[in-house]
Amino acid sequence: MTKQITLTVNGNVYTLEAVPGEMLAMLLRERLRLTGTKIGCGEAECGACTVIVDGEPVLSCIYPAERADGKTLLTIEGLSAPSASLDTLHPLQQAFLLYGAVQCGFCIPGQIMTAYALLQHNPDPTRDQIRAALKDTLCRCGGYPSIENAILAAAEALRTGRPVQPPALPASSRAGQVVGRFHLRPDGVEKVTGHAKYTDDLVFEGMLHAKVKRAMVPHAFLRRLDISRAKALPGVAAVLTAEDLPGEKTHGLVTYDWPILVGVGERIRYVGDAIAIVAAETPEIAAQACDRIEAEFDLQPVITDPVQARRPDAPQLHPNGNLLKHIKVRKGDVDQGFAEADVILEHVFHTQMTDHAFLEPECSIAVPLPNGRMEIYCGTQIPYQDRLQAARALGWPEERVRIVGQLMGGGFGGKEDIAGQIHAALLAHATGRPVKLLFDRRESLLVHPKRHPTQIRVKMGAKRDGRLVACETELYGDTGAYASLGEKVMTRATTHSAGPYEIPHVRSDCYAMYTNNPPAGAFRGFGVTQAAFAIESAMDMMAERLGIDPIEFRRINALRVGSVTNTGQVLRESVGLLECIDRVIQAMCQVSGLPRRELFKPRPVPEAPHLVRAWGFAAAYKNTGLGGGAPDKASADVELYEDGMLQVRSSSAEMGQGLVTVMRLIVAEELAVPPERVSVLVMDTDLAPNGGPTTASRQTFVTGNASRYAARALREAITATLAEKYDVWPEHLRFENGMVYVNDHALGLGEVAREMKAMGKLPRVRYEYEAPKTHPLGAGGDMHFAFSFAAQAAEVEVNTRTGEVRVLRVIAANDVGAVINPLGLQGQVEGGIMMGLGNALTEEFIVENGQVITDRLARYRVPGILLTPEIISIVVEHPVEAGPHGAKGIGEVSSIPTTPAIANAIYNAVGVRVDRLPIDQEEIVRRLKERAALSEQTLES
Amino acid sequence: MTPLWDTYLRPKTLAEALQAMLTAPKPLAPLAGGTDLLLDLQQGRHPPVRTLLDVTSVAEMTRLERRGDQLYIGAAVPVARLTRDPLVVAHARALTEACALIAGPQVRNVATLGGNVAHALPAADGTIALLALGAEAEVASLEGSRWVPLRELFLGPGRSALHPERELLVGFSLPLLEGNDASCFRRVMRPQGVALPILNCAVWLVRRGDEVDDIRIAIGPADAVPFRATQAEECLRGQPLTDTTVQQATQALLEQARFRTSPRRASADYRRHLVIFLFHDTLRIAWERATSPPS
Repeated sequence: MTKQITLTVNGNVYTLEAVPGEMLAMLLRERLRLTGTKIGCGEAECGACTVIVDGEPVLSCIYPAERADGKTLLTIEGLSAPSASLDTLHPLQQAFLLYGAVQCGFCIPGQIMTAYALLQHNPDPTRDQIRAALKDTLCRCGGYPSIENAILAAAEALRTGRPVQPPALPASSRAGQVVGRFHLRPDGVEKVTGHAKYTDDLVFEGMLHAKVKRAMVPHAFLRRLDISRAKALPGVAAVLTAEDLPGEKTHGLVTYDWPILVGVGERIRYVGDAIAIVAAETPEIAAQACDRIEAEFDLQPVITDPVQARRPDAPQLHPNGNLLKHIKVRKGDVDQGFAEADVILEHVFHTQMTDHAFLEPECSIAVPLPNGRMEIYCGTQIPYQDRLQAARALGWPEERVRIVGQLMGGGFGGKEDIAGQIHAALLAHATGRPVKLLFDRRESLLVHPKRHPTQIRVKMGAKRDGRLVACETELYGDTGAYASLGEKVMTRATTHSAGPYEIPHVRSDCYAMYTNNPPAGAFRGFGVTQAAFAIESAMDMMAERLGIDPIEFRRINALRVGSVTNTGQVLRESVGLLECIDRVIQAMCQVSGLPRRELFKPRPVPEAPHLVRAWGFAAAYKNTGLGGGAPDKASADVELYEDGMLQVRSSSAEMGQGLVTVMRLIVAEELAVPPERVSVLVMDTDLAPNGGPTTASRQTFVTGNASRYAARALREAITATLAEKYDVWPEHLRFENGMVYVNDHALGLGEVAREMKAMGKLPRVRYEYEAPKTHPLGAGGDMHFAFSFAAQAAEVEVNTRTGEVRVLRVIAANDVGAVINPLGLQGQVEGGIMMGLGNALTEEFIVENGQVITDRLARYRVPGILLTPEIISIVVEHPVEAGPHGAKGIGEVSSIPTTPAIANAIYNAVGVRVDRLPIDQEEIVRRLKERAALSEQTLES
Repeated sequence: MTPLWDTYLRPKTLAEALQAMLTAPKPLAPLAGGTDLLLDLQQGRHPPVRTLLDVTSVAEMTRLERRGDQLYIGAAVPVARLTRDPLVVAHARALTEACALIAGPQVRNVATLGGNVAHALPAADGTIALLALGAEAEVASLEGSRWVPLRELFLGPGRSALHPERELLVGFSLPLLEGNDASCFRRVMRPQGVALPILNCAVWLVRRGDEVDDIRIAIGPADAVPFRATQAEECLRGQPLTDTTVQQATQALLEQARFRTSPRRASADYRRHLVIFLFHDTLRIAWERATSPPS
């Protein structure tokens, strides 16, 4: 007799068969198709799966479904009617939208449900109570301040019955009718109602489930592989090995060095290497089949760090050895520079490996079509690259593959490489059935490329008056088992390693080395995060040696219009660094009430003198766009429909950062329509042209421009059509509020579309935008077409007894050129700071002898709401001539100065110079004790 | 990958639960909140089971009430309730404080004190608080039920004295406060690396004027099992609380405790350093709380 369970979900009563081993989240998602409840970790760490059971929030990923028998549940789908619009949403849902708390959206159902339960118990919560309730509900986009403000606003609306009060957010100083003003995300409503579909939320008729057999040894030759027992398991549809590869054997973004499957006799280079792939009727059978695959290895010595990798006696991991690239920056004569210096300082810094920990684990679904094509549904930062790489692996022309990009639960650089796209496609091809390959959190942590751990030696020479005369840096970057974007990332680390300063003599050398660690690739900041920690720490150390205020020292040397960078680029415009620095100083004095000379002095808390506070400061810059001579293009289509709606399309990636809002606002501005009239379609290689990779903070600039020029061309086409038809001068046409005025006659845009069609003209324009030309490193001239600049100050409190560090406040000024989307900018700033704070204080992806220790979210700690400081954001707008409305990138520069600002603040508070990340409280205590012991000795002698 | 369980049972009474332990397919494990056990099963740290015995509906195990001069806390009461229940707040402040620090709010809505204790970790927050509060545990089997001092439940790190297929932890009993006694719980986290608490401390004491009439001090992890600093207690019992006596107690504590280095969490040296401040803070707060009788 099968056991039945009965549960009430969102007011509906369900009686279902009990399934052994089933968790509530799976029941809701798979059996009731309530996919608003997300699974981010499956290990009770992230809170994305929060639902309300009998009035209390619980984590459904670790809640046996049978325990819910007889209980009443509320999920995100139950908060408002399925067809709700902004006005009819629950106040929490409205407030999350209005306050910009929604970015990638993956954590949002969990956040809203947790907040809902809080407000049921406590209708008027304090900020501290909100933080306590949301303690373990993670948001990797880092929008905690917005989440907190949204909950306060919703609580007020619920208490008073009044509408949710929107935030007071200043418009851009350069705002147009639409651009630069407060507008909501086009994908926001579906994200707060739980109706938004991410890849794992999709099902296809006859869909199989895939699992990958991974080597789990860091360095070996595969001696033997036996898949017979796996194949024999009932329910298994296919087991593929390297022998079955129909096309190319490797993938990669720049270098094709990453085996799709490692074959017998071939080299395994890290634990995540795939040796076989399985498709089966259920995920459980697929996993069981993987367990039945037998593999034997000839283990090899493991290369664990880049310095070891460069030794002549190290085993060589790739045909060209262990050196991926030696990157050089040369300016002036660094020996002469050091000879001229009054003070020379040299120090070595180490940064750790970190993981993006986007809350949505990778998922790919490959669907073979009757016409012989293959569709791949996935979240990806580079759809056209996925298409190319999947096609190569299948041995097909590119056009035979279609990438259908889905909403992404975060990317941060971690979804640029191939994850499961190729494996799913191979299995779909072999079986003729749709195949889903979903990574669990562990596989996600094991497999995808990380941030490069980097050793950075900085040698710096300055004159007594504070002028920097020479800087030499040497970097060892650990690119792990495969190249990924290692060469590009480490190039950026190298070119930025002397900081945003004009220094006459610079020499930088970087060795990007292969090791047996997980591959390292793109991660928000793209190498500059590492470089900035080293150089900005060294700047403070040098300022102290010189006896100059650390900010003044930076002001003296700061890049400004007319400066020549270390790669020989003359900065002709848009260098807002000095303004960023000055605005942060002002704000620091204002919020702390301290005079400028006191800012960096330690301040013991009067009632608890073992707690010492101080401010710390750091500056940063980051290129916008690919640069280095790479053609930097994006294409966009803008189309007008007969219902008067517009659509803008580009296969650029929306991963939460808000590109879709930027595209919508830019097109609405050009055609003078309300933004709601513009829909946005991204990440579909059949329906939208190539927007290039979503990386290097480039999309607002390049796809923003492509959208703008496409919209402008459409406007010109409309103008030409109407001028001809109505026989008026084009100048006499007026676009206003969704209408076109011809003399005194007003036409709706739908009518215009019909008229154009009637005249045989297509109301659709494609524009390929190419950013200003750049030159390769070493060639001089413009290596990048724009740079964003930033300054941040962090106030910390160090517990001198325990070494614990709290970040109390962060002030950030970002020169973004011009603001297109103020609400999106706010999210990028908050999230950037939180990621920088995690990099400083909590995050370390630990690999020991090639084995991953932090293979669960429980062990890899991303910052939660309790660690969130007060964030004060200052927007600086020094426009770039070629940027859309003057805009340049923000996604990365917002994150880069946070870590060194915190490290410098710790030094200012307690005199401990941190040169290794993450900052370790035990190390702080050890250093304080050493110093105390030393001063005692001195006193005694 | 076979299912995590075949048979899922939700008995309503202790008798039903004990009977089920006899008859249900083995191996069997009692399941309370499951936030540790289910993950251990999923991640292969716990041997597979066929039966999960969900005890969260067992009447005897979900009671929270005054029984004479004792406070009874059912082993399956969610810890979230312990953070706000007026009886617990009034009489077992250390437990309230410990429970408020266990995991996050969603987990606390299902996690239980019984699970916290049965897991037998030397530094489980709830366990350390119970130890200082002088808790006894009720253990039931088909042979009957018995009360044991809490510390007798622990054999080693992760090793409980309970028989997993024959015995159930039913509840805990704590003496109610009498007026001059109070308790406190504090801990230190380390957010880097594997992100776990590195040291916790609970103190219960009876104050008579400026003297410590009685005291219990628990610290984790300071031994293979949850640790009572009995020698430090000796130094303070019947003594005035002065810098000297606290100093002596601290010395005794450091001599008795066996701090270990946990890779990627904390070195033994760091724990020896931290415990001094942690113990002093916790002791001071408990002492200050004991000045005024409970309202």
